[in-house]
Amino acid sequence: MLSWLTDPFASDLMRRALVEVLVLAVACGPLGVWVLLHRQSYAAESLAHGMLPGLVVAALAGAPLVLGATGGVLVAAAAIALAGRDARLGGDAGVAVAVTGLFGLGALLALSPDVPARLGELLFGDLLGLTGADIVEATVLAAVVVAALVLAHRRLTIGVFDRPTAPSLGVQPARWEAWLLVVLAVATVAGVRGLGSLLVVALILAPGAAALNLARRLPAALALAAGLAGLAGVLGLLVSYHWQVAAGASVALAAIALFAVTLSFGRRRPGLGVP
Amino acid sequence: MSPAVRAAALGGGYAPGDEALAGVDFALDPGRIAAVLGPNGGGKTTLFRALLGELPLRRGTVELAGRPAYVPQTDRTRLDFPVSALDVALMGAYGRTPWWRRVARADRVAARDALARVGLGDAARTRFGELSGGQRQRVLIARALLQDAPVLLLDEPLSGVDAVSAERIEAVFRELREEGRGLLVATHDVEQARAWDAVLCLNRRQIAFGSPAEVLTTGVLQETYGHELVVIGEHRAVAVEHHEH
Repeated sequence: MLSWLTDPFASDLMRRALVEVLVLAVACGPLGVWVLLHRQSYAAESLAHGMLPGLVVAALAGAPLVLGATGGVLVAAAAIALAGRDARLGGDAGVAVAVTGLFGLGALLALSPDVPARLGELLFGDLLGLTGADIVEATVLAAVVVAALVLAHRRLTIGVFDRPTAPSLGVQPARWEAWLLVVLAVATVAGVRGLGSLLVVALILAPGAAALNLARRLPAALALAAGLAGLAGVLGLLVSYHWQVAAGASVALAAIALFAVTLSFGRRRPGLGVP
Repeated sequence: MSPAVRAAALGGGYAPGDEALAGVDFALDPGRIAAVLGPNGGGKTTLFRALLGELPLRRGTVELAGRPAYVPQTDRTRLDFPVSALDVALMGAYGRTPWWRRVARADRVAARDALARVGLGDAARTRFGELSGGQRQRVLIARALLQDAPVLLLDEPLSGVDAVSAERIEAVFRELREEGRGLLVATHDVEQARAWDAVLCLNRRQIAFGSPAEVLTTGVLQETYGHELVVIGEHRAVAVEHHEH
């Protein structure tokens, strides 16, 4: 039994993957709690889709993936903000229009004959192909995410709990919602190498949703989300090793499975807009 | 003595052409409680937004003795949000806490004191959403106490709360009056308004402002509430609440 747990991590490859998922878990779990409480899960999903053109352009130019991801996320965030501002479209429709367009553009670029065949890696990551430098990069970005969430903690709290009163309490909610989107973008960039732009969303949203099902207070929810995200990472890697299935997808599915388990605890489902 | 609140030719709305409120002229001295009466949609919340400087389109002038504290109706808050009563009360100190700092120890003590003052000293760790409506209202008042504001704007703090909560809330109002703060309290209860120092009647414009004896006449109330007013006997009138959902 013990060897079933330890054997997989005998190789450097798997150990690096383990460090990567644990590092990402610490950032993505708590972030997910805030994203869900701010009802921005759709934006999280969309940002991940919308950055595809940036990733493809980076792959085309041979530039570092993190640069392409950053550029792609900035363009996507700007497009979402602009489209959402148009009153005729409204929030959700604006996001849908911006993101579908960008995803289409990304696919168009990726399927052109000049691009190396890496579309799958961009979308689903390559957890078992990580270098030490990749992990350092992810660690730095994850630290930025955690610091940004800690600093904004009180502002984010008021914005969710009591938006209409926030200005009289000295907090401008719109400013901190924008802050959350930026943090979300950083987290997505952090996770793109390991989990890909699509699967990282699962590690952000599913543990957060599970934690909100279980925890009664915010600090507990934030800590629990980090723990559950880490657990999903470990479980996913174990499943991936023993059953010879894709690592990133296993981690994402493990996160979703943990969320499904917490549903059966179903004491009282808060209306959190879980996707 | 300069007033706690003074409004002159105050009006405005949420969008161009939408005149939610007009012609508001009044001054409230420190240490006074004014009832704000009016039908739903009559402009009570709009007045508060205007005084807070949050009305998108505002005309006229507002003078305040300091930044006001605002107590919203409890149903505007997220009940599913995982915070305790103490967490909510502490939000009253956020405005004076720089974003990179922890909330000061003195403010943590003050938050517990504020909860004790509204009679919820034992409920500090209770999740906000698990409290009764009246208890939630008291927690929001405790949060306003922590803001230590010279002016408090309260949006129907006594609507639909239990008797214990109502009694406790009214006692806190009297204490705040003693401390020299100015209170504007939106209410539907004409009898309650009679017990306070001044009454402001709104129906998309100011109908009257003055002492309860001057203002609470059947004529003024009829003009304020229109069809929502039921007159009982010669000197009694009851405003009927029509809630829009």
